Formats: sequence, C-alpha cells, structure tokens
Amino acid sequence: MLPDGTRLSETSSFADYLAVRAPELLPSARATDGGSLVGVTHGTTIVAATFDGGVVMAGDRRATMGNVIAQRDIQKVFPTDEYSCVGIAGTAGLAVEMTRLFQVELEHYEKIEGTVLSTDGKANRLAALIRNNLGMAMQGLAVVPLFAAYDLDAGVGRIFAFDVTGNRNEERAFHSVGSGSTFARGSLKKLYSEGMSETDAVTAAIQALYDAADDDTATGGPDLARRIFPMVGAITANGYRAYSEDETAAIADQVIAARMGRPDGPSAPLT
Amino acid sequence: MTQPFYVSPEQLMKDRADFARKGISRGRSVAVVLYDDGILFVAENPSQALHKISEIYDRIGFAAVGRYNEFENLRIAGVRLADLRGYSYDRRDVTARGLANAYAQTLGTIFSSGGEKPYEVEIFVGELGDDASQDQVYRLMYDGSVADVQGYGVMGGQNEQVEAYLSEHYRAGLPLAEAIRVAVTALGQDATPPRTVESSALEVAILTRSRTQPRKFRRVSDADVSAALSS
Repeated sequence: MLPDGTRLSETSSFADYLAVRAPELLPSARATDGGSLVGVTHGTTIVAATFDGGVVMAGDRRATMGNVIAQRDIQKVFPTDEYSCVGIAGTAGLAVEMTRLFQVELEHYEKIEGTVLSTDGKANRLAALIRNNLGMAMQGLAVVPLFAAYDLDAGVGRIFAFDVTGNRNEERAFHSVGSGSTFARGSLKKLYSEGMSETDAVTAAIQALYDAADDDTATGGPDLARRIFPMVGAITANGYRAYSEDETAAIADQVIAARMGRPDGPSAPLT
Repeated sequence: MTQPFYVSPEQLMKDRADFARKGISRGRSVAVVLYDDGILFVAENPSQALHKISEIYDRIGFAAVGRYNEFENLRIAGVRLADLRGYSYDRRDVTARGLANAYAQTLGTIFSSGGEKPYEVEIFVGELGDDASQDQVYRLMYDGSVADVQGYGVMGGQNEQVEAYLSEHYRAGLPLAEAIRVAVTALGQDATPPRTVESSALEVAILTRSRTQPRKFRRVSDADVSAALSS
C-alpha cells in the first residue's frame, strides 16, 4: 500500500516531502544538546574554476579528525545531476548526507515535473538545505558546499558559494572553500585567466590544491607513495565527467615535476 | 422511508469491474516489448507534455492507460515511494516488485472500498535487469491484480487485436529498431483495415543497458522513431 500522503501532489520538492513523511531522515534533524563533539570528521579544501565551455571542480582527498588524518582518499566532489556537482567542506557526515539529499531533490523534481530545474533554482534549493542546517552550524558542525553547474540556457559554467546561513554568492571565475581555501584562492588568482582551456583549468586547480596543502595542515597534498591525487570533475555541454585516476595522475605528475625545480610553483609576471 | 435495493456483492464487483474496463478500453493501447538491450515502451500519445510513459527510478519505468489524473497520481506516488526508499536505504534497494506490490495494494483497496469509484487505469511497471533474462515487467489491473509480462504486453484500447499481432511477430532478442517497428505496427491493428501510426503521434521510451549513467531510462526522439520505422 502506498503510504498516506504519497498520493497528494502539492509539492515537487523531495526535501519538503521528507519533512512531512519522515522528518527524522533530514540532515538537520540531528540537533545535539550542545557541548563540543570530539571525533567528528572534517573535509577540507575544494576549488572550482570556469573555463571556455564549462567549469571544473577539484578537491583534495584528506579528511581530518582533530589532529588525526581520518581518511586519505575521501571523495568530496559529487555529481548532483547531469549538469551540476557539489564539493563539500566542513563536517563530512552532514555534508555527505546533505549532498545525497540534494541529489535526490534534483532528480525528484525532474521526474515529477518532467523538466529540469534552472541553474538558479538548483542553487536556491541548496541554499535552503544549508540554511536548515544552521542549528547544527551554531554548534560547530558547519557544512559549506561549493556548487558548480553548466547552465544550458546561458551556455556557460557557473559557480556558487554559500555561507552557513544559506547566503548564496555567484562567483564568475573561480572560488575555493574549506580550511585551505585562503591559499588555494590566492594561488588561483595568479594562475587563472579568462577563456582558458579545460586542461589548463584542471592544471590550475591542481596547482591551487598543491599550494593549499603546502600551507594548510588539514589539506592533503598529492600522495606519491600511495598514488592518491585530487578528485576532479568537469561539466560541459556534454554533462558531468569525472576524471579518471590516471588522467589526474598525469596532470599531477607534471605539476609535481615542475615543483621539483621551483617548490613554490609557477611564478606570475610582476606587471 | 424507502428501503435501499439489495445488490449482491457479486453484482457489485461485476458492475465496478465493467465500469473500470469500459473506461480503460476507451483510449489507445500501450505496448511493452522486451528487446535485446532492455525494455521498450510504446504509447500512442499526441501530447508532448502529458506523458503516458515515465521514469520512476534508476532502472524502473512506468506506463499507464486510462484516466490521466488517476495514473498521474499513482506515478507521483511511485516516484515518492522509490525516492524515499532509495534515500533511506540504498539505490539498489528500490525494486519493481516492491513498487508493484504497493500499487496492487492501493488499486485493490480502492476497487473494493464502497466509497470511491474504482480507478480506470492499468499500469506496466518494468525493471531492467543486469541481462535480458533478469528483465521484469509487471502488469497491474484496475482491481489490484498483478500479472508477470513475458516478452511483450498490451493494455488499454483494443488490446486483443494488438496483442494478437505481437504474438505472431514477436521473438526474443529483437534489436531496438525492429522492436519499435513491430510494436508500432501492432498498435495500428486496432482498426480494420489496420492504421499507420505516425511517429509524431507516438511516445516511445526505453530502459536500456547501453546507457552508462545509473539512470537507464531514456525517451526516444521522434527522429529516432522515424528512422527505426523506415529502416
């Protein structure tokens, strides 16, 4: 038997439906009674950059638990539908669950309405999910995703950043979130140029993550012994494509080889 | 005070079944055909916006005949049930069997409850397996009864003539273009002499193993249907 309420058709939002049918499954339902939690896993640095014909997103692979490395090969970049992806920084457990909810949210709308949400509509939905998590953020369990999408109407890649209150900022060129974001952003600022190719944008993103790992202890650098490299996804008119381990390894190896000569990475012209 | 007429339960159920059957046979037929790479749904539907065939989940498709508002209601309920189950457990835990059960319960309850009128709908729920031998299609009737579909199935409209044509021309392991051709020709058999159904009046969708994404449902464009019909 279909449960009561499933046959009413007042909402196309899966999150709203969940709030009525099974509120305990919402990420925001896990409010604790305060006090600092120990042993919570945190994800660290995500970068995204637009290029001519799309957008790339890359994340390092480290998850930390205080001063301990909780995981060396965590996945932080997730496709959310065919033309969008989310990179997560902050409390890993909540962020992964929020991403899962967001994925279902987009697919649910698409199936019920028979059409995909606009890029702005997707960003607004994600903002609402983040805002619902505000109570947890006040207790130190913040989730700060970075959202990237290829806008089929406009024919460009777009990047959206959020704060814990769900404030949504669109970034035109590049952005970074997470503990190493200050360094990654500084690095991208010098390496990014408008109208770069996809390969150049991926290289710039990997350089930025290298710089973040160089100066931030919580960000993982390329792990040469274990062959663990950043996770990269690119979205173009053809949809989302995750880079294979070999593809990222090839680009990362070039970056590392160049850093052997100049550890601070490529230098930008002074004027 | 007037006494209500006594109606025997047999007569009551028969009347309700006749009522539902009449409503279902009014429209055009919908056919499902298992082909070598998946499951093909074909419906005659001039509307581009109101679908008779839809995606429910990664590997599950839905096709319906009868009253639009009633099967649309069931479709949305199915999407919600599937998404909720997939979100609370795992995507692999959503099965056509579970969904067909929920539909059967719902339709059966509505059919036998005194208050509501029975739903005038019939539904196909198809699930793509890892290989052709694991493909499953269930046919749900207005009264909640469920049947397994083997190879091909037709519901709604003049389904007997359409099914008779398919039983002669269907064979296991058809390639997609041929399956479309057989199914579309079959849909035209509901009149004498048989009609030719134009590709613009068709709604065609497949669940296909050749799609690399987790979501295996794909609508087949008019151009692709025309190409298949003329090949």
